[in-house]
Formats: sequence, structure tokens, C-alpha cells
Amino acid sequence: MKEIVVISGKGGTGKTSITAALASLAKESCVVVDCDVDAADMHLLLQPDFDHKEDFYSGVLAHIDPDTCRNCGRCAKVCRFDAIVLQNGRYVVDELSCEGCGYCEKVCRLNAISMNERLAGAWFASQTKYGSDMVHAKLGIGAENSGKLVAKVKKEGKAIALAKNKSLMIVDGSPGIGCPVVSSLSGANFALLVTEPTLSGLHDLKRVYEVVKKFRIKAGCIINKADLNPEVCAQIEAFLREESILHVKSIPYNKAFTQAMVEAKTITEYSNEPLKKLLEESFETIKNTLGV
Amino acid sequence: MKIAIASGKGGTGKTTLSTNLATFLGESQSTVLVDLDVEEPNSNLFLQGELLRKEDKMKMIPRWDSTSCTLCGECVENCNFNALLCIANEILVFPNLCHSCYACSELCSLGSLPMEPQKMGELSHFLAGDIEFVEGRLNIGEEQAVSLIAQTKKYVDQHFDDETIKLFDSPPGTSCPVIEAIKDADFVILVTEPTPFGLHDLTLAVETTRILGKEFGVVINRYGMGNEDVVAYCQRENIPVIGKIPHLIEAAKLYSAGKLIYKEIPSFKDEIEKIALHVKARFQGAAQ
Amino acid sequence: MKIAFTTKDPAWESMMEARFGRTYYVLVFDEQSGQITIHDNRDIVNQEHGAGPKMAKVMADLGVDVIITGNGPGENARAVLAQMNTVIYVGAGEMSVAEAYKAYQDGTLEKF
Repeated sequence: MKEIVVISGKGGTGKTSITAALASLAKESCVVVDCDVDAADMHLLLQPDFDHKEDFYSGVLAHIDPDTCRNCGRCAKVCRFDAIVLQNGRYVVDELSCEGCGYCEKVCRLNAISMNERLAGAWFASQTKYGSDMVHAKLGIGAENSGKLVAKVKKEGKAIALAKNKSLMIVDGSPGIGCPVVSSLSGANFALLVTEPTLSGLHDLKRVYEVVKKFRIKAGCIINKADLNPEVCAQIEAFLREESILHVKSIPYNKAFTQAMVEAKTITEYSNEPLKKLLEESFETIKNTLGV
Repeated sequence: MKIAIASGKGGTGKTTLSTNLATFLGESQSTVLVDLDVEEPNSNLFLQGELLRKEDKMKMIPRWDSTSCTLCGECVENCNFNALLCIANEILVFPNLCHSCYACSELCSLGSLPMEPQKMGELSHFLAGDIEFVEGRLNIGEEQAVSLIAQTKKYVDQHFDDETIKLFDSPPGTSCPVIEAIKDADFVILVTEPTPFGLHDLTLAVETTRILGKEFGVVINRYGMGNEDVVAYCQRENIPVIGKIPHLIEAAKLYSAGKLIYKEIPSFKDEIEKIALHVKARFQGAAQ
Repeated sequence: MKIAFTTKDPAWESMMEARFGRTYYVLVFDEQSGQITIHDNRDIVNQEHGAGPKMAKVMADLGVDVIITGNGPGENARAVLAQMNTVIYVGAGEMSVAEAYKAYQDGTLEKF
């Protein structure tokens, strides 16, 4: 079973659309995992049935028992995150600011503070409209995106892939360069970087590639909207050569990306032959590199 | 006045709006653009300027002092983030896991874990034509974006007066760095695109902004590229749409080359002007 | 030598696990006595952060000399392992435990 993780650094390059396209080409031979848990969008294209849902807990949240608390304020004094505030003359925990360090609990002489599991989101196991399995999630608002929920969906996805003998796991990775991306990449056999020929795209591509490099994962790149700026496109190509990153494909700007999304279709479903061919070829290139 | 520019989805045009709006406002009044997308700060690609000041930004982490330590291991127990470990008669500290809560340090009766500053990022302050520009940049591998965002905001409060319009370019999404970036704003502009992804992520951003009790308006970028669902949603929810920036390939090309779009495209400038008027009207209102 | 393998299942017949800190199980094989000990790592897997160092500490407590794994430990775990003088071999992520052990004996595994 091989794992392909698609990341981009910068948002809006077409990462999710391309991941969904690859998933639609792989059909039932793959498990799809949406690791973009902060703003998950893949489900809009793959229409999963949300068959199985589980709550996700991460970290802890302080809670002051109002019956035991005598308002001495020691907890508020030690909290470095301004998370214990006076409300109507009583000390209460501001849940959005609380980081779960537990310092307040340790200094409370009356044991009025407990650290409780924090409900941080939920994850789902579904069937997509293609009949493939999909694992996805939703992170709660203001939750810490520690990478734990990403790790959870990857783990569940992998378990399904192995149990059902799937040859591929296709992962829509998290944006940025922090823990969620690291978590998305862990265990990957191939990192597909989706970028665009803009200064921002190139800047973020370089930053996210540093993360990929650390993990020594085989990397390839799709330059989307490639004809937007030939000069920056050439700069990207030079960077790919310098770092020996496989240049999987350059895809010219195509309205079909948006039009397909508006109709809740993947690009391969939406009838645009040239674009479909480019994606099919990209998929073949990646599969050949992996020996699938 | 503090205006935060945020979005649920990445790539909708926050930085496009913040750089163009800031520069446009700067033509008539004192303006500072603050890039709080500390993981991937991009605004500097569009603004050329003179570096006025650069500061290392630190986070406080415990340093193990072996002289008085008895290796009791209480500090390891006290840390909720696994940032401390006792092994081979040493206390190891993992700076990138530390949340700087000070619990281990202050609860150690022997003073074996003094808190000391360690660099986690940088703040740069530029003069870019008519405006000033402050950027927070997190070192790769560092997690604590929230702290750098807070410190960057503090710098802005210290260096700019109330008369200056402060525009905050926020990170995308709805997790804690975004909360930190927008929680002090007087007004939040949510940037979206007129597509299903844009709409879906806008609803998340709206939820976040409402939880914080902020006043906000929506700017639809690349208007015309998709459908009218975002407009319909805003109507249903009574959310003001304060700008509809047209979808133009010329705009995309200028953006790709790191250029400011409103200077070259009149229809783009018209929308920026509209948004600026809305912002200034609120500024006037607040001043009264 | 005491050799630790990161594994998917708690048995010699198991496949190797590529991940280090978040491996479900660690199988420790004492070459001298022939004894096999299994460490259930699942409590550590569940932690938001710091899994690697914690796992490494468990290895230290078990007196492990050699670790055979797939991707290799992250930065924080490496700091812990440096204290222990443990030798780490990587690249065995797709093998069975038996295959990994043979590769180690044949000297074909990459030292980290």
C-alpha cells in the first residue's frame, strides 16, 4: 500500500481539486484522507455519506467548580494566558484562551479546579460517490491544530486501507508548514507539491519543501495555472531542478477547475478533455514512480 | 482603528486585499499594514521599502540548571506538554513543545529551571512609500504562532498612535492563531471567493467572528468566477457585502508578479475605493 | 545486544512500523537470552506532543542497545537517544520483523 500526500504551502493553488481528481481516477483502489481539518473542503466534491462519526478530544481545559471556589484569585495570578477572568465577581475560565497547562489546578488549595478533556472536533469514516472509502474530520473553532486530529484521520485511513487491501492512500494535506503538515506527511511514500507561478506561490513552495526534505520523502510537483506568469514559472522549474524534485506536470490556467467545483464535480467528471488528460498523465507518472 | 482581514479558506485574496487597501488608504492618511500570517508572511513580496528596524522575537523557555537539582522529577510531572524529560541524570527540555506556562519553573522549589528567552521568530518594520509595514515571521519548526502574533500586535500598539489606521493581515482558517490575530480588531473583513469552497469556509469564518462578537463585512474576491451562492448566503444572514472585486486575468498576472493591482486596473481600484470608504466611515463613526 | 523493533503488532510475525514515536508496539529482542519483550506504546501514541522523546525514554529504561525502525526519530527524540548511545537503523519500514533482523545482520540497513 502506497501513500501519496498532496500539499501546497500556500492556499488556493488547486491542491484539493487535484487531490479529488486523483481520487476519482483511483476509484475503489484507494482510500481518501482529508487532512485539511481546519477548513476541510474535499467532501464538497466527493460527497461522502458521513456514515460513521466519532468525537475527537484533544488537550485539556480548566474548569473552576463554583461551589468549591472561594475566589482567592491565586489561579488568575499564575495563568500566563489571561484565561482566568472575573465575571460577575467570580473567577471563570475563558475557554478560547485556556491552553490546558494545568498550572491553575496545581496552585488551587481547595482542589476547585479540574482539567477536563477538551472536545476539539469530530472525525468521520464515509463512502464517497465513487464507492471509495474516505476519512475526514472537522476541527472545532478556536481549537489548537496540533496535528493530533490529522494523525487520527491518517491512522483510521491506513487501517481501512490495510483491512480492505487497497493499493493507495491519497491524502489531502494540511496547508502551512507547522505540525499539521508534518503530521500529514508522516509515513508518506510520495509528497505531491501543488504550486502556482506567483511570487507568493514560489515563496511558500520553498518553505514547505524544507519540511518535506527533513523527512526524506520522494517529492514531485504540479505547477497549476502555469501560463499565468512564464517568468516565475521558469523560476519554479529551476528550483525543482536544483532540488531534484520530479516535475510531474504543468497545467495551464483552466476555468474548468472552478466550473467543476461549482457543480460539485471533480475535474475528471466534468467533461474537459485536455485537462482530464493532463491529470490522468500526472496520476500515471506518480504511480510509475511508486511502482504501483 | 484596527481592521483585521481574515478568511476561512486560504488563497481567497487576503493579502491581495490588505496590500492594495493599505497602500490606497496610505495615499490620504497614516496607515500601517501588519502581516500576522507569521507561518507564511507574504505581504513583503508586494511592498518594496526601507527596513527601519528588525527585532528578534523570543519565547521564554526553561533552562535546566544542574547545580541545585535533585532530579526529583516533579517538573516532568508538572508539564502537561511533555516538554521535559528526565533521562541519564539530566533534565532535557524540548523548546518546540514548551508553551511557556512557567509551571515547571515556578513550582520548582530549588530554582533549577530558570526561564530564559530563546529566539522563535523575527519582527521587521519597513517604510514602504506612503505606508509603514510590520511583519512577524516565525522560524520554521516553531509552533507557537500565537505568541509571535501577540508580540507583533504589541509592537504596533507601542509604535503607532490611535490616528493611524492599522490593517492586520491574518492567517487563514479558524484555529487559535486566527483568534489571536482578530480578537482586538474593531472591524473584521472576511475575504472569500464565489465558489462552493469559498462559501463553505466563509461559514466557518463567520461562526468564528461571531463567537468573538466582532463586527464584520464580506469582500468577495474574483467575483464572477463562480456562482451567486455567497451573495445569497450573505443576504440571508444579514451580512454586509462591502466589496465585489472583479475576476480578471490581468489582475492575476499582476499579482503573480508581485505588483499592486489597483494602480493598473480601474475596475479593481473602484472596489478598493468602495471598501476604503466603508472603512473610513466606520473610522469617522468611532472617532465620534 | 538488546534490539528494539517498531512494529504494527505485538509479535515476531508482525510487519514493521515506519513511525518511531507513534508506533503502536515495540518488540525488544534480547540476542543473548533469546527472550522477547513487548512494549505497548499506545498510551504514548495518544499524546498531542512529545511522543518521540517519551518512546525513547522507554527504550532507555528497557536497556535497548539497537533500534531498528522505518523513518527514523524526529528531532526531539534524537536529543534523548543521543544521551543513550543507542545505534539506530532505518529503512526497514516496509519489512517484516524477521526480514528487518536479517537485513540488520547482513549489514544492509542504513545507519541513522
